Amino acid sequence: MIAAHDPRILRAMRGFSFGRILRESFSGHTGWTRQWRSPEPQRAYDVVIVGGGGHGLATAYHLAAEQGVRRVAVLEKGWIGGGNSGRNTTIVRSNYLFEESEALYEHSLKLWEGLSRTLNYNVMYSPRGVMALGHTESDVQIIRRHVHANRLAGIDADFLTPAQAKALCPILDVSQAPRYPVLGASWQGRGGVARHDAVVWGYARAADALGVDVIENCEVTGVRRDAAGAVSAVETTRGAISTRMLALVAAGHSSVLAGMAGLRLPIESFPLQALVSEPVKPIMPCVVMSNTIDAYMSQSDKGELVIGAAADVYPSYAQRGSFHVTGATLDSLCELFPCLRRLRMMRCWAGIVDITPDRSPILGPTDVPGLWLNCGWGTGGFKAIPGSGQLFAASLAQGAPHPVLAPFGLDRFRTGRLIDEATAAAVSH
Amino acid sequence: MLLIPCPHCRQSRPEREFRHCGEAGLLRPVDPAAASDREWTDYLFARTNPKGESQERWRHVHGCGRFFVLRRDTREDACVTSRAGVEEAP
Amino acid sequence: MIDSPRARAALPLVRFTFDGRAYEGRAGDTLAAALLAQGVRILGRSFKYHRPRGLLAAGVEEPNALVTIDRGAGRVTPNLLATQVEIYEGLAARSQNRWPSLRFDALEINDLFSALMPAGFYYKTFMWPAAAWRRLYEPLIRRAAGFGEAPREADADVYANLYAHCDALVVGSGPAGLAAALAASGRGERVILCEQDFAFGGSLLAERAATIDGEAAAQWRAQALARLAARANVTLLNRTTAFGLYAQNYVCLAQRLSDHLPPAQAKGPRERLWQVRAGRVIVAAGAIERPLAFECNDRPGVMLAEAARVYANRFGVAPGARALVACASDSAWRAAFDLRAAGVEIVLIADARASVAQALQDAARETGVAFELGARVRRAHGRLAVKAAEVEGAGGLRTIACDLLLMGAGWTPTLHLFAQARGPLAWDAALGAFRPAQAREDIVCAGACNGALSLAMALDEGARAGGEATRVHAVAHDWPCASGPVAPVAPVAQGAAFVDFQNDVKARDYELAQREGFVALEHVKRYTTSGLGADQGKTGAINATRLVADLSQREPGAVGLTTMRPPFTPVSFGALAHMARGPLYEPARETPAHAGAAARGAVFENAGAWRRARAFARAGESEPRVVAREAMAVRTAAGLFDASTLGKIEVAGPDALAFLNKIYVNDFSRLAPGRCRYAVMLNEAGLVMDDGLVARLAPDRFHVTTTSGGLGHVLHHMEDFLQTEFTHLKVWLVDVTEQWSCLALQGPRARDILAPLVEGVDLSRAAMPPMSLREGAIMGTPLRLLRAGFTGELGFELYTPARFGAPLWDFLLERGARCGLEPYGLEALDVLRLEKGYIVIGQDSDGACTPDDLGLARLIGASKGDFVGARSLRLPHLASAGRRQLVGLRLRGGSRPLDVGAQIVEAPAPPAGTRALGHVTSSRVSPALAAPVALALVADGRARMGARVFVTRLDGPCEEAEIAAPVFYDPAGERLNG
Repeated sequence: MIAAHDPRILRAMRGFSFGRILRESFSGHTGWTRQWRSPEPQRAYDVVIVGGGGHGLATAYHLAAEQGVRRVAVLEKGWIGGGNSGRNTTIVRSNYLFEESEALYEHSLKLWEGLSRTLNYNVMYSPRGVMALGHTESDVQIIRRHVHANRLAGIDADFLTPAQAKALCPILDVSQAPRYPVLGASWQGRGGVARHDAVVWGYARAADALGVDVIENCEVTGVRRDAAGAVSAVETTRGAISTRMLALVAAGHSSVLAGMAGLRLPIESFPLQALVSEPVKPIMPCVVMSNTIDAYMSQSDKGELVIGAAADVYPSYAQRGSFHVTGATLDSLCELFPCLRRLRMMRCWAGIVDITPDRSPILGPTDVPGLWLNCGWGTGGFKAIPGSGQLFAASLAQGAPHPVLAPFGLDRFRTGRLIDEATAAAVSH
Repeated sequence: MLLIPCPHCRQSRPEREFRHCGEAGLLRPVDPAAASDREWTDYLFARTNPKGESQERWRHVHGCGRFFVLRRDTREDACVTSRAGVEEAP
Repeated sequence: MIDSPRARAALPLVRFTFDGRAYEGRAGDTLAAALLAQGVRILGRSFKYHRPRGLLAAGVEEPNALVTIDRGAGRVTPNLLATQVEIYEGLAARSQNRWPSLRFDALEINDLFSALMPAGFYYKTFMWPAAAWRRLYEPLIRRAAGFGEAPREADADVYANLYAHCDALVVGSGPAGLAAALAASGRGERVILCEQDFAFGGSLLAERAATIDGEAAAQWRAQALARLAARANVTLLNRTTAFGLYAQNYVCLAQRLSDHLPPAQAKGPRERLWQVRAGRVIVAAGAIERPLAFECNDRPGVMLAEAARVYANRFGVAPGARALVACASDSAWRAAFDLRAAGVEIVLIADARASVAQALQDAARETGVAFELGARVRRAHGRLAVKAAEVEGAGGLRTIACDLLLMGAGWTPTLHLFAQARGPLAWDAALGAFRPAQAREDIVCAGACNGALSLAMALDEGARAGGEATRVHAVAHDWPCASGPVAPVAPVAQGAAFVDFQNDVKARDYELAQREGFVALEHVKRYTTSGLGADQGKTGAINATRLVADLSQREPGAVGLTTMRPPFTPVSFGALAHMARGPLYEPARETPAHAGAAARGAVFENAGAWRRARAFARAGESEPRVVAREAMAVRTAAGLFDASTLGKIEVAGPDALAFLNKIYVNDFSRLAPGRCRYAVMLNEAGLVMDDGLVARLAPDRFHVTTTSGGLGHVLHHMEDFLQTEFTHLKVWLVDVTEQWSCLALQGPRARDILAPLVEGVDLSRAAMPPMSLREGAIMGTPLRLLRAGFTGELGFELYTPARFGAPLWDFLLERGARCGLEPYGLEALDVLRLEKGYIVIGQDSDGACTPDDLGLARLIGASKGDFVGARSLRLPHLASAGRRQLVGLRLRGGSRPLDVGAQIVEAPAPPAGTRALGHVTSSRVSPALAAPVALALVADGRARMGARVFVTRLDGPCEEAEIAAPVFYDPAGERLNG
């Protein structure tokens, strides 16, 4: 953090502590102030970021904190964190298969480990371990391939036998009773979960302290380009804002926004559903995921089981999804955790995920000068927020993609150099 | 669970009988060998992904097995109409 | 209605326990009513501060009284509402979230330190030292949070589900719901009426005075139900909650079938999920009363006024002896009058409004009930039970003793289903709540959930929604039903004035959120946790909206509501996952010879949806030995393999050849009838998708095989191109996978075994060379015989109609036994094909491989023109140098196979971050070579023949290997061609 001596950062860094809470408790907590301002948009910014989710706010924070770019605005059509940042199941891990992905997500995971203190905001990163189950011989081979690859990359990874998996997650049924019994699992002990809203708010507060304008209720309605075709301004519901560098970081609406600049992206938007149970006392010590049966589960600090489903099968912007998709997810989970049938679903919801042909994100410039993309994270963007924010900010400041991000450019859909993590899980026979 | 009108069966049937097959109107270059990389990869990857009315290919995979084009509003998940022809541009 | 102690005493006794203590209730009681009748005031502990809590409500909106019900092993359910649980003889209920007991909970210490724990305090602390969050703070917080204990035993119950269609689904059986169901069913519509309570009637169940069309409300209700029950077009569902409304009126109902019965009497499923497609939905879900926020408004004995009325009128239970009513609505007066009639002393009605309907004031004077207008309760006294309240009125502040403090700030329409359907909502200032802005054609709200709070309006709206536009009900002896516009939360609510009871959110928490810039209601919700409890803010949401509106000087309509999501009330995972358990989770596919394989000791494994024989074990044999034995049998004598799982597609029509030339990379133009060829298909992105054999049966007819897991995908891919791209081609595709059994007879003795058994086919080398196809008969049944296999040996694939698969399996093994024929499984097959370097799609290729990567470029028909994926092969990356190519790996010593998925590097001790050259795709110990062999994808692999590389191990240092050609056994193919 090169700017750690900056007084504004110091103020933000010191603002939250137990001592302060103690002092405030004597005065009815009347001394707290806004965590981020509510500024009017200025006429021009060096960088305008569209989308006040984790990725957009983290990018803004790193632009201000590390790249010396202070005239930065984050435009959010509703309230910050109202998209996928506030709807996801918060799984954080870096045990991807391909080196390009490993580099990106491991960079991010390292930042997660110190994020609360970096931001002086408890994002509750809980490295409780992420277990990915294998249910067929083919799954087990794919899991082992991941473990080999991760270890070579210096990422912590272990292969678990069913008994070892059971020891880490006692309510898991590792008998032969389920239709798809557990045959093995991967384990990343440094992986875990975090409090999604706190990540958004923490970045907003820190970015705001550095002078970034976080502008809510400001929807982008158009992109203006100059005679040379370069970005010159964005039109918003709160007026036009001039900028020469526009970054679209609005998961779920990337195609709509890119369309305003005349681009068609390799993206389709699907509903992704999640649900929580009623709060219960601790029963799930770690994160368990199964790609084979499309189920993801952890337990929140409040006690709810947080469950992710597979994406719905048709594109939609309705943030709703079909009932039978959640049903199918619970089918699977109740097979693996037969004690959970008596728990009850308290709430389910959907987000919109932007899926690319290779399910890897798009990070980098476009054919339109001044227009940059940070999108296409599919179902797994939350975990990348700190890393993508830092590296994307560096890319914007340099005007060229950071080496870690370079493989994720839009150009890969011209050359065919896809980064398809799912191919390794191709159906076997 | 959408109710989807199959123009071949002339019935609205539940979503689970169908398979979504992507955006309609993507034209495969007539002579792929003559297409530039840009033209070819646009056909392969670029999508309109509209927010609003969308024309998309579906197949009644657990019914008549045939493809058709469905007009649907992606904001509301409302199916509007469907038509049998899929070969011509919408 | 049990509106008198005498009527209650006449009901059968029901004995039950709560926290181990024995209690008595009466038939028809909820657990809440029964405990209240027995004087139990504390039913739970709050989430955060562990404050003692009693009943706030009488229905599903209850935030406090969460209990665990123990129905025996595998039948323990946490977090049930005491207001919903029906008591039965022997019911065992437990309180939750307390230690050691409800009355003395150690964590109530949190309440003492509540000043340190305002909204969001945890975001500001617990950050030092860094590791302490995971090790110390989080475990403490997790243990304190949560309500009940989750069950640890497998659920012993079963669940059912049912799909239904109807013209009108009526949600709620109060006056509006009954009137709607009567009207709609009277017009001949198919009607489903669902009611979440065990008793139909909604608000009519507690209606003491009013009459409808000259009948007492209870009488009218009984007659309405009798008429509905007599109609064949009506389905009445009690204990059934409509919890979710999805696109196109797809409504999900959860029906509770047996939890209200003693375990011994409970037969059949526990719950049933109904998935209903309704022509229209009539939501008659009623309304929920709003509490007031004043200090200590959560003490046991502080209750919603209507809840007290329900306990008194419906259950015959007086919830207290001396009641003080704090209100801003007419209905609270009605409750006071009914309670007084039930023998409860009303010490004061303190109505915050300046004026109240004269009829209510007159009635109060007549019955001697004291009231004061413009008066507000400021604070409740008493810790474990309310003892008194401070009332601020014209005469200043005074403290009034009471043991029951009733609240009634008005009514919130229950419009969850309407909102789930994205129905538009509008703020109604008179109602002090949101109501549907306009009806929709397919979903109508009627009665209290539409803001029609009076009985007469509810009935008429219901009838109208049901289709009787002109029906008017004559209602008499009803009270006025105005409320508001007084804010239910005093502008400066101090201390412990709760807005969200379940999550312990106080009025001051909203102020703090406002101060810290959490302005959007969704931000307020997330920062304070308001509305995030299991009750999803049923009692608190509107108060929260109004409070936020006041604090931010906005209109409540501008503040809005947070999104209402399914389910309306919690629904069991078991019901949502319905019946799919064990083998039903996903029915396994079995081949025709499955039983025959099992009889010969087959050990099966899951392969996609199939159960396939992995190996044929003999007693005492380890799996590696079994595999070696089976593989050697094929190499030295003969083996029989069940290959029926292969996908089989018949491609027929005048353009069949042209079509296959488009779909596969191969050129089949020179493939003569009676011949077959190994073929590969690509997806349009140029990547290998599947492989198989293409056999030409006739000039216009082909039999093609796919990989076992690839069939559905391949057939869809073919249909897609046939129907939408190559539409000029006249071709039919038929999936014949289930029609044909396929047994592979492989090994040097295969011809000897088969020749005497087959009719009409000359098996000689000259007459039937490799990759030829003949039709004949065996066992008197038609046979398609293919000279092919996946082992590198002389061999045949025998296709017979599926029903002959099982007898042929036994017949061949029996006749072949003297030639050494043995069955072999998937494991041995994998050894055999790996020795020959035959690839398995999805294992040796991983979905990112071109034909050239796999050494299959020779298959591509160079002169045939375009085919699917051809253009993509010229994209820069697909044609670039450095791609991973399939090679063989030989080990320099050692007898342990390499790990599939192991990474290949150039140096023996690669530092972290080393880029891999490639990875191992298949690995086995070859019994024929008595050495481990492997296939791998290696960058520029074919240019590295003979090179030394190193392969990672999970349990030790890298192992040295040599890159070799990917054929280890019989490279010249002499055995195959024998």
